[in-house]
Amino acid sequence: MRTGTRYALRRIAMSLPVIFGVVVLTFLLLRLVPGNPAQTLLGIHASPSAVAALQRQLGLDEPIYRQFWHYFDGLLHGYTGMSIYYQVSTSSLIGERIGLTAALVGVSALFTVVITVPIAAFAAARKNRAPDHAARVVSLVGLGLPSFWFGIVLILIFSVKLGWFPVGGWGTTPLQHLRALVLPGITAAIGICPVLIRSLRAGMLEVIESDFVAVARAKGIRGSRVLFVHVVRNALIPTVTLLGINIAYLIGGTVVIEQVFDLNGLGNLMLTSIDNRDFPVVQGVTLVYAIAVVAINVLTDLVSVRLDPRVHLE
Amino acid sequence: MRAGGVISRAKHSPALIAGTVITSVLVAMFLLAPVIARYSPDQQNLLATFQGPSAAHWLGTDDLGRDVWSRLLYAGRTDIEVGVGAVIIPFLLGSLLGTVSGYFGGWVDAVVMRVVDIVLAFPFYVLIIALVFVVGEGTRGIFIAFAITDWVVYARIVRAATLVAREQDWVAAAYGGGLKHSRVLFRHILPNTITQAIVYVMSDIVLVILAVVTLGYLGLGIQPPSPDWGSMIDSGQSFITTHPWLSTVPGITVVVTGLGLSLVGDGLADVLRPQ
Repeated sequence: MRTGTRYALRRIAMSLPVIFGVVVLTFLLLRLVPGNPAQTLLGIHASPSAVAALQRQLGLDEPIYRQFWHYFDGLLHGYTGMSIYYQVSTSSLIGERIGLTAALVGVSALFTVVITVPIAAFAAARKNRAPDHAARVVSLVGLGLPSFWFGIVLILIFSVKLGWFPVGGWGTTPLQHLRALVLPGITAAIGICPVLIRSLRAGMLEVIESDFVAVARAKGIRGSRVLFVHVVRNALIPTVTLLGINIAYLIGGTVVIEQVFDLNGLGNLMLTSIDNRDFPVVQGVTLVYAIAVVAINVLTDLVSVRLDPRVHLE
Repeated sequence: MRAGGVISRAKHSPALIAGTVITSVLVAMFLLAPVIARYSPDQQNLLATFQGPSAAHWLGTDDLGRDVWSRLLYAGRTDIEVGVGAVIIPFLLGSLLGTVSGYFGGWVDAVVMRVVDIVLAFPFYVLIIALVFVVGEGTRGIFIAFAITDWVVYARIVRAATLVAREQDWVAAAYGGGLKHSRVLFRHILPNTITQAIVYVMSDIVLVILAVVTLGYLGLGIQPPSPDWGSMIDSGQSFITTHPWLSTVPGITVVVTGLGLSLVGDGLADVLRPQ
């Protein structure tokens, strides 16, 4: 077997215990509900027979190890539970919504790179001078910026005042979908840009101070060309790695951003199911989010190995 | 690290000075809310809704005629109290587990680090929202949710620092002198590793305040009638086209608060970093 394939398989195998842990934790969520979970979910006015029926549906009348086995066995067969509110399988609800959220995450990852790389490169190239200080202040301001509020401000400026983008919603044609994702994508990106700019600037400084950049300069190559050809290219690997590390935070941010922009994705499903006190859906969505993060982390690891021959396949 | 060196470096850190000034002014304002706010935060006046800024209402009034300036101050008080309070358990728990994990290694380390990996696999906001939903909305739910999720970063930071400290000469010397584990840990390792956790506390408080405000916006955080910046932004959003300041003013306050705390954290990191 080729070393690359072997590495990929090993990396996937390494993530299996984490996925198992994720399943255990989402299983335990229901145990954290105070009192009798069925009663709490239905409210104090629910009839005893309704409570008993829900207890049966949630499997609460069995011993805990059997409950876990049913949950785990179901997942292995692709069954994530039954929605209390909609009375359909949670996986069909998740399937309807996951595409929008995936598109939103993709668009925001793109915006993250587009915003982060130039600012970090500029700051690193002008270390300890005005642009560097400006980038530091901007990222410090960004650290305390509630992204949902930033989204509201963007709507106010670009949708209400200028009318460039829809105020919310998803539209019907692919072009409308794309337009609908611009502002939410920027909003989600802003949530992780400050952290990324700071780390990437540090990574780029390392490259700038390395020998091959000094050689490129000594050969008389123009400063901007050195920056974009030699430095940025070598800084792409840490960008991919950093994006992988921070993707969980980015994805978590989209839950709230979908709410701001009225997008019917997974986050919206999670929040409406909380309103409906529909526990199985909340549980299923939580699980899907976590597994997506694990999968993306494996993927970014594999990509950075391919990008960087220096990363050893060990 | 000499205390004198730290203090003289602190005097030369513009970030730390600016951050301390911004943070102290804001905290003083929030703590003095009962004195400088001119109305009760939930005193309604349905005859004076949506008023613009005036001498009587510096930041105008909201849809129920409540004074925005007063609500802003009281909200700051709640949000900062909850934000700081929610960091305490994660800080203690994470530092303890990180120290034990890094110092003893072996199966303890393996177990703690696997749990850290599992918690980190969940998008932060997804897990917080799910936890607040199951344990119950409001302050108690927020504290429990952060106790479960937020210790992992502290555990990682302190574990890494402990691994480094364990290999230092002075620790070997302490062993050579015949000291017990507990004494080596508390006298020789912890004072060095905990600084890094303390530096992270500042950034963490910013993250937690943001999360508390976000939960408030979603209606899962601090419950009415207690004013909170998140719920203020949420209720203002319905009137965003006609009365934009109802949402923008609390948002700007969050940003300034976050900036102050981040500057303190950044400055502290510079000052406390071993030279």
